[in-house]
Amino acid sequence: MDRFSWSSGLLEINETLVIQQRGVRLYDGDDKAKLDVGAALLSTHRLIWRDVKNHECCLAMPLSQIIYFEEQAAGIGKSAKIIIYLHPTPANKEPGPYQHSKYSYIKLSFKEHGQIEFYRRLTEEMTQKRWESTPVSQPIPTGSATQTGKTRAVGIVGIERKIEERRKETDKNISEAFEDLSKLMVKAKEMVELSRSIANKIKDKQGDITEDETIRFKSYLLSMGIANPVTRETHGSGTHYHLQLAKQLGDMLQAPLEERGGMMALTEVYCLVNRARGMELLSPEDLLNACKMFESLKLPVRMRVFDSGVMVVQLQSHSEEEMIASALDSVTDKGSLTAEEFAKLLGLSVLLSKERLLLAEKMGHLCRDDSVEGLRFYPNLFE
Amino acid sequence: MRRGVGAGAIAKKKLAEAKYKERGNVLAEDQIVQMSKQLETFKSNLEEFASKHKQEIRKSPHFRVQFQEMCATIGVDPLASGKGFWSEMLGVGDFYYELGVQIIEVCLALKHRNGGLITLDELHQRVLKGRGKYAQEVSQDDLVRAIKKLKVMGNGFGMIPVGGSYLVQSVPAELNMDHTVVLQLAEKKGYVTVSEIKGSLKWEKERACHVLDHLLKEGLAWLDSQAAGEAQYWLPALFSELTSRDVTPEEANQMTP
Repeated sequence: MDRFSWSSGLLEINETLVIQQRGVRLYDGDDKAKLDVGAALLSTHRLIWRDVKNHECCLAMPLSQIIYFEEQAAGIGKSAKIIIYLHPTPANKEPGPYQHSKYSYIKLSFKEHGQIEFYRRLTEEMTQKRWESTPVSQPIPTGSATQTGKTRAVGIVGIERKIEERRKETDKNISEAFEDLSKLMVKAKEMVELSRSIANKIKDKQGDITEDETIRFKSYLLSMGIANPVTRETHGSGTHYHLQLAKQLGDMLQAPLEERGGMMALTEVYCLVNRARGMELLSPEDLLNACKMFESLKLPVRMRVFDSGVMVVQLQSHSEEEMIASALDSVTDKGSLTAEEFAKLLGLSVLLSKERLLLAEKMGHLCRDDSVEGLRFYPNLFE
Repeated sequence: MRRGVGAGAIAKKKLAEAKYKERGNVLAEDQIVQMSKQLETFKSNLEEFASKHKQEIRKSPHFRVQFQEMCATIGVDPLASGKGFWSEMLGVGDFYYELGVQIIEVCLALKHRNGGLITLDELHQRVLKGRGKYAQEVSQDDLVRAIKKLKVMGNGFGMIPVGGSYLVQSVPAELNMDHTVVLQLAEKKGYVTVSEIKGSLKWEKERACHVLDHLLKEGLAWLDSQAAGEAQYWLPALFSELTSRDVTPEEANQMTP
């Protein structure tokens, strides 16, 4: 932090602002700087930081001070950061908040996100080094100017070597991961080909496959994420997993459905169930495949697809006639209703109340008035 | 149908087996057994991979993209089921399924304002905000993949290419090519007029009005009939965060003429 100088924060002629980000706290090495949270600004020439409450408190550092920088991912209780390694302080540096620091690096902690974009822009500016080609009116001291002392040189080399090692380590990890991933994919591909061969044989009825074996085969496909080529059905339909899931859902959805007028969109169910689980979440396909089994398992809930494509889960007990009758009653009572008004009346989502009105219309009980002002339903007096 | 167990059935099977072995074919049952063994091996390979590299999946959007593309190349969908190996052992599933929940919730919360259409950028920002600062990084590619999965649940999730990025649709409003092209035209300024449509797309007035009326009806466009010159059709989905304030459902209802 002893590389910063007090500054007015005003940009010089030829200096352009590149990006600014609020919610940034400075760190002197690993220690929090004795400053509040502020805004970090990157220009073509300098790194500037300004206190958010007290604009007089403003620091700046020339970009030429920067040797190297890297990202540090967020963690538990920690914001994402950018670590910036710096050249030693030049002799003619203007005074700043710190006279001396034991660290030769600072950190920017991004408490309100923005680190990705900031890092990107900083990379661009450090690559282009625009400050070299467009000098500004006030000479900004450069870091490489004066220091020739042997101890200083060793310090810089030491830092650079450590950075290089860390970068190599990260690169090694990633390339190792990709290598291992490729090997894994080769084996996965063998499984895909094997499953295709099996599927073809089942289709051509070569050999005698029992139902058990078919179910087992389907569960293998499910585990590997391979589409079932025999039935063309979505993954894993008819496996034990989805059977169990269907029963669980049948139980679990009773109360929520009652609360919501007997019907919920599939996406609502997806959110409800997964929020409740917290972990080992269901995929959208898992949910769909389980819901498809409701009828064959004779559970008290059913899945239904409307003409519009909207998929819902509804209580078996809420019959279609009841829904249509109640829609007709409400519309007759009020003279006319839009989907939004009906939704408010019933405490349903607009999407589902619209479907009910459409259904009643389909059955000939309501007619529509479709205008720019919206879709309004009236009792059908044309019968 | 249970396999026959009588003597006759056994004899028939032996005959079939002999015939196939003669031709050098392997029976499907035998292959299923083989697959079961290979599956066990694969499972332990995957476990080993996970123990070394599970972090990469969580930390690196770039790695996730590569992983997804490799899976697609060999014909495997790692997100098909929460019960799949990929999901269980690598935790890929939970990452995307949870993202799906967050996407649905953001779209639902904003539907009264934008009619169910939102830019991928805005969706990205809001999802990031909702996840909080300690959550893993999420890229736009991640969002796109999560949205693709949400499509199976039939709620009209779709993506419309506009201005170099996408509009994400989360309601089953029917939008054909005409609607899409008008949305693309409106992208630059956030609104469009009948004259602009006639001028840029060379359409008749009726066609332009028909499309605009549909957008109004679906709640995707708002009409500013008091604009100087000519009525302007604004698309709330295209409003930038800076120039709009949040509108309550009641206000939204009052705004449609």
